[in-house]
Amino acid sequence: MTTDTDVPALVEMRGITISFPGVLALDGVDFFLRPGEVHSLMGENGAGKSTLIKALTGVYAIDAGTITVAGARRSFESTADAQEAGISTVYQEVNLCANLSVGENVMLGHEPRSRGGIDWKAVHEQARGHLTSLGLELDTRSALASHSIAIQQLVAIARAMVLDAKVLILDEPTSSLDRGEVEQLFAVIRDLKEAGVAILFVSHFLDQVYEISDRITVLRNGKLVGEFPIDDLPRDALVTAMIGRELSDLAALSSVADREIPRDGAPVLRVSGLGRKGLLEPADLDVFPGEVVGIAGLLGSGRTELVRLLYGAERADSGTVEIAGESARIHSPRQAMAHGIALSSENRRAEGVVADLTVAENMILGVQAQRGWLRPVPKAERDAIVGEYMEALGVRPADPALPIGNLSGGNQQKVLLARWLATQPELLILDEPTRGIDVGAKADIQRKVAELSAQGLSVIFISSELEEVLRIAQRVVVMRDRRRIGELDSSDVDLDGLIDYIANADEGSVAR
Amino acid sequence: MRLVKHRLFWPLAALITLVVVNVIANPNFAKITMRDGDLYGNPITILRESTPLMLVALGMTLVIATRGIDLSVGAIMAVSGAVSLTIIDGVSDPNSVPAVLIALVVGVLVALVLGAWNGFLVSVLGIQPIIATLVLMLAGRGAALLITDGKITTVNSEPLAFLANGYLILLPFAFFLWVVAVVVVALIERRTALGMLTEAVGINPEASRLAGVRSRGIVWSAYIASGVLAGIAGLIYAANIKAADANAAGYLIELYAILAVVLGGTSLMGGKFSIAGTVIGVLTVTTLDKTLQFFGVAPAQAPVFFAAVVIVVVLVQSPRVHRWGRSLRVRGRAPAPAPQAAEQADRQKEAVR
Repeated sequence: MTTDTDVPALVEMRGITISFPGVLALDGVDFFLRPGEVHSLMGENGAGKSTLIKALTGVYAIDAGTITVAGARRSFESTADAQEAGISTVYQEVNLCANLSVGENVMLGHEPRSRGGIDWKAVHEQARGHLTSLGLELDTRSALASHSIAIQQLVAIARAMVLDAKVLILDEPTSSLDRGEVEQLFAVIRDLKEAGVAILFVSHFLDQVYEISDRITVLRNGKLVGEFPIDDLPRDALVTAMIGRELSDLAALSSVADREIPRDGAPVLRVSGLGRKGLLEPADLDVFPGEVVGIAGLLGSGRTELVRLLYGAERADSGTVEIAGESARIHSPRQAMAHGIALSSENRRAEGVVADLTVAENMILGVQAQRGWLRPVPKAERDAIVGEYMEALGVRPADPALPIGNLSGGNQQKVLLARWLATQPELLILDEPTRGIDVGAKADIQRKVAELSAQGLSVIFISSELEEVLRIAQRVVVMRDRRRIGELDSSDVDLDGLIDYIANADEGSVAR
Repeated sequence: MRLVKHRLFWPLAALITLVVVNVIANPNFAKITMRDGDLYGNPITILRESTPLMLVALGMTLVIATRGIDLSVGAIMAVSGAVSLTIIDGVSDPNSVPAVLIALVVGVLVALVLGAWNGFLVSVLGIQPIIATLVLMLAGRGAALLITDGKITTVNSEPLAFLANGYLILLPFAFFLWVVAVVVVALIERRTALGMLTEAVGINPEASRLAGVRSRGIVWSAYIASGVLAGIAGLIYAANIKAADANAAGYLIELYAILAVVLGGTSLMGGKFSIAGTVIGVLTVTTLDKTLQFFGVAPAQAPVFFAAVVIVVVLVQSPRVHRWGRSLRVRGRAPAPAPQAAEQADRQKEAVR
């Protein structure tokens, strides 16, 4: 391995700062990439990973700092500048032309020419050469779309080779691949490493990060936490570095986690073997009346997938769901709602708020959808619902006629919580309800959840902030790499124990 | 300032400007006279001749609100006209009111079926609206020609002619027809929850789905409404020329309807829609059409002027132009970083995505 710190870095990013109005996305971050190493960039959502990558690939201009590639100062105005400097990127969503042939994709923009136009024979010959060097035997005249995502990823890498990449950025390349395909990709990555290419690897799969990386850089909230050789950073240290510890006034919130939940009766929800190929391995989950069940795990661990399958937002291909002891067939969110389930999505912007509608309209959307268009919620009832939740959740500004898009993230989240509470669910699923919102709103939401569960509402609570999960949930289900790996009683475990469990526990191991 | 911010300010300003220009150029433009107890004059003509476009644009507004588009409205007009007039042509007494009524109802029902077909393609099969409705746009006129046997079916029917040219208490029947249509649609959309749910589906389909909204039915109903309204428009058109002309009926009306909807301030991106805005948009388009006639613009050249006026009206409403206008004003006083701020806002949007 050529990963000594003495080796001069191929890419040096120093003091990179990028700000958007109101947000400091990157705050003086240093990042070094050396030839012949696989360097993983780690961090939770909003940590600044994609912003850093976009700075390196010329998508964003940097506000402060310097980028040096192979000893030369660079200021990228566009992605073309970055490519010209030898930096290529393979994205999670393959950004090739699916309708063109494999060969055309590999050589796109660099087609050999003969008199009168492109020499197609040479195009395919050269493409075949590049693919063979990656250990791929493909018909270069076949359409790219006819191949699996894994092959398309490898074609994208072959394309990067055509551009003579010195630096290869792999952004979540494995998220849609199965185990065998990942092996194939890793074999290619190792070959490239041998050839001296510097590889920046981003993945949410901890196992893969530890399998392939030489070095890890961790970001949190736009700041550099540190750069570590892989052997100096055990998994639990990595998880701690990524998540951090937030000592805030939230700690003052009275803990509801210790409340005794009688688990001898029928569960509100019993999920057995619910899964879908490529999304989630079959998982079980029980929720009892008045119980808050936390789901802990890193982003991409399957925590969101599990609740989406159970809510009917995605179709499951295995498993059963029982609601209050009776088997339920849930194929759509509507059916889930009819069974008294509500899901507040982790993606507030894309799957939660209806931006141009008012706060009041957003609040009653769920109730209105259940009733159908012919039975509008009468004005008096609507005002009562809106008034009650504006007050109870402290939505600011307290004007229900404003478009919801004008509210801050935390207040939008409160409105969405109100939307679901107004449907009077038996089971409330909250996926990252406190992400990216200020501490005050966070405390308001946690308090409301605690209060409602004390009144008998069952809640599934998903959050990247483990302290929050431990504080609110009586029981914590732990997931990793799209598998449920176990379950802990939150009174038996502290934060370090939970981090350790997320990082290290083998499947099926028993909670301590 | 608040007045300027109202969403109907610019559409209404455009219409009023147009009328004022006409009145200045020709003081007789706004003149209304009374003959045999009925009102006549340019404003009345505009109200009467707006009817087909008004009906079509009303349906188009609902479809556009769902993020869709309905290109087939002109063809549906041709079909409904062909169906109804072929029936009237076939009965022994074309002046019989019941016979004409039945013929009209059948024509509208056929239009309903065609609208339902569009809605099926879009909401059930998930075909892109522009493609789904293109099918009928092309096939519909062919079907209308089949129905009329390739000829222009002319009929002399008093009750039919009344549709387009009759009067009812001072004003043309056709005017009352579109007023009733606007009121009925507005009541259905705004007195039930249909309008809000339609906007929700148009603004954020995924959030709406997760909130349990039956978006399929909502999208489907918009296309059905569009089909029915286009069907009625086709009958008015046929009644006006007393003939079913499968080639000319509703020719290019889909484009003028889209134009009217956009002039009225409803975004082609879907979501929030304004029925009042569409009414203003249609009156603007019809008035503009009349204006060009007044100024003696040859019909063949009229579209050029049309396009010029449309560009001005649309630019005046564009937020980006407003931003430029502001930054120019600010720059007049001090060098301002306004464009940079806009760029940053764009960048932030991207980052959020």
